[in-house]
Amino acid sequence: MLSLPPVQKLLRPKLVAGSDAAEEVTSPWPAALSTLMWCRHDDLKEMLDSNKDSLKLEAMKRIVAMIARGKNASDLFPAVVKNVACKNIEVKKLVYVYLVRYAEEQQDLALLSISTFQRGLKDPNQLIRASALRVLSSIRVPIIVPIMMLAIKEAASDMSPYVRKTAAHAIPKLYSLDSDQKDQLIEVIEKLLADKTTLVAGSVVMAFEEVCPERIDLIHKNYRKLCNLLIDVEEWGQVVIINMLTRYARTQFLSPNQNESLLEESAEKAFYGSEEEDTKDAKAEAASLAKRKPYVMDPDHRLLLRNTKPLLQSRNAAVVMAVAQLYFHLAPKAEVGVIAKALVRLLRSHSEVQYVVLQNVATMSIKRRGMFEPYLKSFYIRSTDPTQIKILKLEVLTNLANETNISTILREFQTYIRSMDKDFVAATIQAIGRCATNIGKVRDTCLNGLVQLLSNRDELVVAESVVVIKKLLQMQPAQHSEIIKHMAKLTDNIQVPMARASILWLIGEYCEHVPKIAPDVLRKMAKSFTNEEDIVKLQVINLAAKLYLTNSKQSKLLTQYVLNLAKYDQNYDIRDRARFIRQLIVPTEKSGALNKYAKKLFLAQKPAPILESSFKDRDHFQLGSLSHLLNAKAVGYQELPDWPDEAPDPSVRNVEVRGAPQCIWDTLSSGTSSSSSEEEEEEEEEEEEEGSGEQSEDKEGEEEEEKRKKRKEKGGLRKVSPRSMGSEEEEEAEGKKVKKAAGPQGKKGHAETSSEEASASESSSSGSDSGTEAPTVVEAKRRKTVRTGLEGGWEDPCPLLTPLSSTFLPWSPREWAWWPTLSCGPWQLLSPAFGAVRTYELLHRMAGEGLSVEYCFSRRPFPGDPHMVAVQIQISNNTDAEVKSLRHNTNALGWKGTVVEGRWDTVAALCFQRACTHTRHFYVSIQPPVGELMAPVFMSENEFRKEQGKLTGMSEITEKLTLPEKCRSDHAIVQQVTSAANVGRVPCGADNEYRFAAKTVTSGSLVLITLEWREGAAAQLTVNSEKMVIGTMLVKDIIQALAQ
Amino acid sequence: MEAVPCRSVRHHQRASPRLIGLCWPRVAPLELSLLKLAPWVAFLPCDGAVMIHSLFLINASGDIFLEKHWKSVVSRSVCDYFFEAQERASEAENVPPVISTPHHYLLSVYRHKIFFVAVIQTEVPPLFVIEFLHRVVDTFQDYFGVCSEVMIKDNVVVVYEVLEEMLDNGFPLATESNILKELIKPPTILRTVVNTITGSTNVGDQLPTGQLSVVPWRRTGVKYTNNEAYFDVIEEIDAIIDKSGSTITAEIQGVIDACVKLTGMPDLTLSFMNPRLLDDVSFHPCVRFKRWESERILSFIPPDGNFRLLSYHVSAQNLVAIPVYVKHNINFRDSSSLGRFEITVGPKQTMGKTIEGVMVTSQMPKGVLNMSLTPSQGTHIFDPVTKLLTWDVGKINPQKLPSLKGSMNLQAGTSKPDENPTINLQFKIQQLAISGLKVNRLDMYGEKYKPFKGIKYMTKAGKFQVRT
Repeated sequence: MLSLPPVQKLLRPKLVAGSDAAEEVTSPWPAALSTLMWCRHDDLKEMLDSNKDSLKLEAMKRIVAMIARGKNASDLFPAVVKNVACKNIEVKKLVYVYLVRYAEEQQDLALLSISTFQRGLKDPNQLIRASALRVLSSIRVPIIVPIMMLAIKEAASDMSPYVRKTAAHAIPKLYSLDSDQKDQLIEVIEKLLADKTTLVAGSVVMAFEEVCPERIDLIHKNYRKLCNLLIDVEEWGQVVIINMLTRYARTQFLSPNQNESLLEESAEKAFYGSEEEDTKDAKAEAASLAKRKPYVMDPDHRLLLRNTKPLLQSRNAAVVMAVAQLYFHLAPKAEVGVIAKALVRLLRSHSEVQYVVLQNVATMSIKRRGMFEPYLKSFYIRSTDPTQIKILKLEVLTNLANETNISTILREFQTYIRSMDKDFVAATIQAIGRCATNIGKVRDTCLNGLVQLLSNRDELVVAESVVVIKKLLQMQPAQHSEIIKHMAKLTDNIQVPMARASILWLIGEYCEHVPKIAPDVLRKMAKSFTNEEDIVKLQVINLAAKLYLTNSKQSKLLTQYVLNLAKYDQNYDIRDRARFIRQLIVPTEKSGALNKYAKKLFLAQKPAPILESSFKDRDHFQLGSLSHLLNAKAVGYQELPDWPDEAPDPSVRNVEVRGAPQCIWDTLSSGTSSSSSEEEEEEEEEEEEEGSGEQSEDKEGEEEEEKRKKRKEKGGLRKVSPRSMGSEEEEEAEGKKVKKAAGPQGKKGHAETSSEEASASESSSSGSDSGTEAPTVVEAKRRKTVRTGLEGGWEDPCPLLTPLSSTFLPWSPREWAWWPTLSCGPWQLLSPAFGAVRTYELLHRMAGEGLSVEYCFSRRPFPGDPHMVAVQIQISNNTDAEVKSLRHNTNALGWKGTVVEGRWDTVAALCFQRACTHTRHFYVSIQPPVGELMAPVFMSENEFRKEQGKLTGMSEITEKLTLPEKCRSDHAIVQQVTSAANVGRVPCGADNEYRFAAKTVTSGSLVLITLEWREGAAAQLTVNSEKMVIGTMLVKDIIQALAQ
Repeated sequence: MEAVPCRSVRHHQRASPRLIGLCWPRVAPLELSLLKLAPWVAFLPCDGAVMIHSLFLINASGDIFLEKHWKSVVSRSVCDYFFEAQERASEAENVPPVISTPHHYLLSVYRHKIFFVAVIQTEVPPLFVIEFLHRVVDTFQDYFGVCSEVMIKDNVVVVYEVLEEMLDNGFPLATESNILKELIKPPTILRTVVNTITGSTNVGDQLPTGQLSVVPWRRTGVKYTNNEAYFDVIEEIDAIIDKSGSTITAEIQGVIDACVKLTGMPDLTLSFMNPRLLDDVSFHPCVRFKRWESERILSFIPPDGNFRLLSYHVSAQNLVAIPVYVKHNINFRDSSSLGRFEITVGPKQTMGKTIEGVMVTSQMPKGVLNMSLTPSQGTHIFDPVTKLLTWDVGKINPQKLPSLKGSMNLQAGTSKPDENPTINLQFKIQQLAISGLKVNRLDMYGEKYKPFKGIKYMTKAGKFQVRT
């Protein structure tokens, strides 16, 4: 009670009456119990008011049990809501449960609890913030909409991804409470969509689907990220994202089957249609095919297909189904097959899962029969399957039946007919009928089988057979008058109305084939007319009319009799029919012209029914959806859009965050890598692309593992990525995660950088053998991909594309950059000193057979992320011949701790595993001087002294040196020092003292350099840095630089 | 002109009970009356943003014994549609998992003799809901050992707390049992006693951090004195054997269930002698897919406790060894009211292992009144109501094959049933993976201690049917 929030105190008086009454009735259970509704739960109220947590808990447990049983506990609201601020966690949780359940009904009282949650939103613990937001947003009280909106907005920019996730969850709740907030909510969704954590991705896409599924434009920029994050998102989020991306892809990409769909159609026609038509069609199609542009799959489309495929291995049936429908709707026909195996696997699951999967398989098997054919036996029916599963399996088996497998399928069906489950037997008979209509070869066999069933003891079986036989006979009635006769005899025994009606219709329709029997049947039916079902009566009238027209001599009186009976029938349909038919067939003066045509009307050739699967055309619903299952549009169903005719601009998906494209997708026209086939090893990667037009960034598994291991060792981190696919982006995402996890603990002891792979493949187009082609031409033809992946702390690599001029080269050089980490500190960073950039040789032109590679540390700040050091690499071709397929493969690229162990700043060696051309591989390595691993900082003289004072003792390294002649000027000294190390000068009062300051890029520890120029050539160099190794090496480097 | 009768008989048959259903004496569902008043969409509250709206637990006799709503309350009367469907279906298994009502859709799963009915209002992938419901059942089973009505009623508060954590606003939140157990401790006898004495709670007093980690399936701060990791390779044979004893279809479905109790954050790799056997696999999310793709090695940070690491399928193309055969002679004679019944079970391709736990069940035709049988071993029961014959055989001794012989009493006056019963078989073979799959080795990285490792193989009958 003491912990009541202030608002609650104001309302206290209201409650007093209740609690007083409760006190009065405490000791014995008196009469008040039955008289007053609100004191029914007195004991509970008392317990809730007590000071003991255990009593409160007991009370809450009983209340929750009441709620669970569906009993009304709303009158306890005031007593319960007081405990919202209770210290005991379980009481609190149960109060939340209660609150969420009843707040809607007791809005005023519910407001009492709001302040508690508002306080919770400010809690330093992320989990408490999240749970406060969760409950706050679950209270469906319209008056707090503004508070919720504010809370959501705040939480959306929370530090903790978990809180952001909760914010995403809260969005649909608020939306359902007040849809006017849509615009504001969309802003929040937009912001959260840009979030890069897997935790948030699923939830925010769910919110997107609920609030603004039409705003497809919000997805563009996040498309690639979502594709790449997908595998690490929790399973439920995966389903939502995949379904959303399916719709997205349908609006943004071209149909991968646009060419094949024509071929497919023609193939089908070839099977069913006549040949003449076919050739005509084929010509027309050939023409239209020629008109079409060759289809090239958008790399983003490919990305989606590639990144969803591993999810077919998910243990979650919903995820597998989502991927299956994605492939069915989006993949090229040739690739859809991969989903069959996974779907068949789901058939082992619970029967409900089977039910849904089979529905979808049934739809798919109509469109793509070949896909499931190898798994035919998996659809065989067991006697223990529930009936609905049996019937669905039967549907699939029927869909899969073709000329080659029909005999096995029919053999199976024969077993099924003897089943005890009569519904299932009836369905089997229908399935046989369908097989017979679709596959002409077995029609007679099926018909014979069905006729045998006519003597079955089970009436249901017989009736179903009759119905199916009727349909089959319609196809070729002339040959089967025997069967019709046989069926006519059945009218004596069979009672199922549908079957009787079918027989009558059959006899009427083909009365000319059975001229003797037909009038006799009519006679019998006339006798029993009044006792028949309506549907049979209608057929009796039909039969009478038809006989009257063909054989009026024998049946005139009978017909009159039947029509008279029908005239007084209770059913108006039958009365109407009788009246109508009488007018039509019996010539009178009034009947007029129609009479003449009666025979044509009744005995016209009727087309044979087409027995079709009920799953035909169901695929216009998105597969796996509820609407598909019900074959009716469910509330909130999003139509699956048709493919566009023209692909919308693919560049909308390019992400230009901080000027750094995620990667450069250079479009390759087909037939690219024809010349590069020599490098099998590397080409493996290329092969995965299927020559279509995207650069695969896949790397070999070992490399990746190696890198992983290294990451683990160095960061002192566990491997955190739960799964990994080969794609580079994945790697980056992971890398980022590592970083994130490490960040707070201050563990980022290293700058891990690597350039993943840059590959450029050059097409050896027709003129390539003449190596003297004009540079411009080749330039235009060249397709390059620069891929600079940097791990550890950033996601969007930026290849520094500042081409250096190299006049005599047939192609322009490329550079790429590394930027080791540079953490921000209290000191302002200086722009580095330019002008003294030294170039190092990586590969001499002699060794490289004309190819030379140089690199330098540009010391330019990296726009994307200051945590990297830039390395420029210049590749020159010194020969006349063209260098083809230059690619570089960086293995184990990263800062190796070759000099120091532990969490020192790493003095690193970059190793190229190979840089290779089409003829050779070169093994090279970059060893950055220690001076390049820092960045200059600005500080005042006082600050410098202060910092220097802190870095004495072990951290101070002093060395004496002699300055050579040419180095005895201010300018020369500064020049030499700055060229040796990336440091900034610090102003100094003394004339002959030079001070420089810098910070290491990784850990941000200061490096202070003091050079004291004494008399003559003597000088003393002091370096202060807590990184002793760096200090020592730096001293050595500077002395060497000055000595030159 | 004339109605060609082409509706199927089945549908016609179905039509009448449905009509009856509408005037069923139960309280007429509220929605039905609304339907008559106006297009129902107009009545829909603006409440689209929910995946699973409510959950009802219904027992076999049709009582709703638990309800939970994640949004506004949905009246119990919505279940009337479900009862209608239940009425129509002859058996519980035949209740359609998806039922459409004017306002809602009811998706249900049936397990442990309980219907779990989820109410949803808008389009949602049905498997999403069904999979989730199964996950709920699995969680209950994990928490209480068994998932039964009594258990749920006894632990209603824990159930409620768990459900509250599993869904937020109808969208799954925490479904990993490791995380849930951190949030809400499963009740044990000891804890219940302690709780009643000390007044402490089932709700974890520390805030769970698992949800925040990048390894969401593993608890943090796991500690054991004995570090052990056990793996059970269990293979099930699904087969249909025809009358003459030849195999119509046979497949092997396998799983590797693990029980891992290891301290800290171990990183395990499991490799197989013959990984190529596995045709189709599905993994626990902890398994690194890339490693599997490239090296056929299972590399993972395991969840704590019991979990299913992998399920796999050995393709139907490989010949499957069938370890048992059944000889049967079931005869109904036309004129007499007696039938002959005789089955013998024997081993075949068992790789020298004994077959245990053999159990034969068979659904006899309706015409069978009673059976007088004598087994050479084991016990048998024939239930004259359900017509289910069960013969618990036990171990098969190859020297003396177990058999069950005798006669059947048929209903007098009726003709002989035209179907023969199918025989369902269950058995177990210890220390054998029938596909020949073998685990090569298990390595642990990331932790210093030496764990105790164990692996067990077992072959079982899955859906094993013999047609007669």
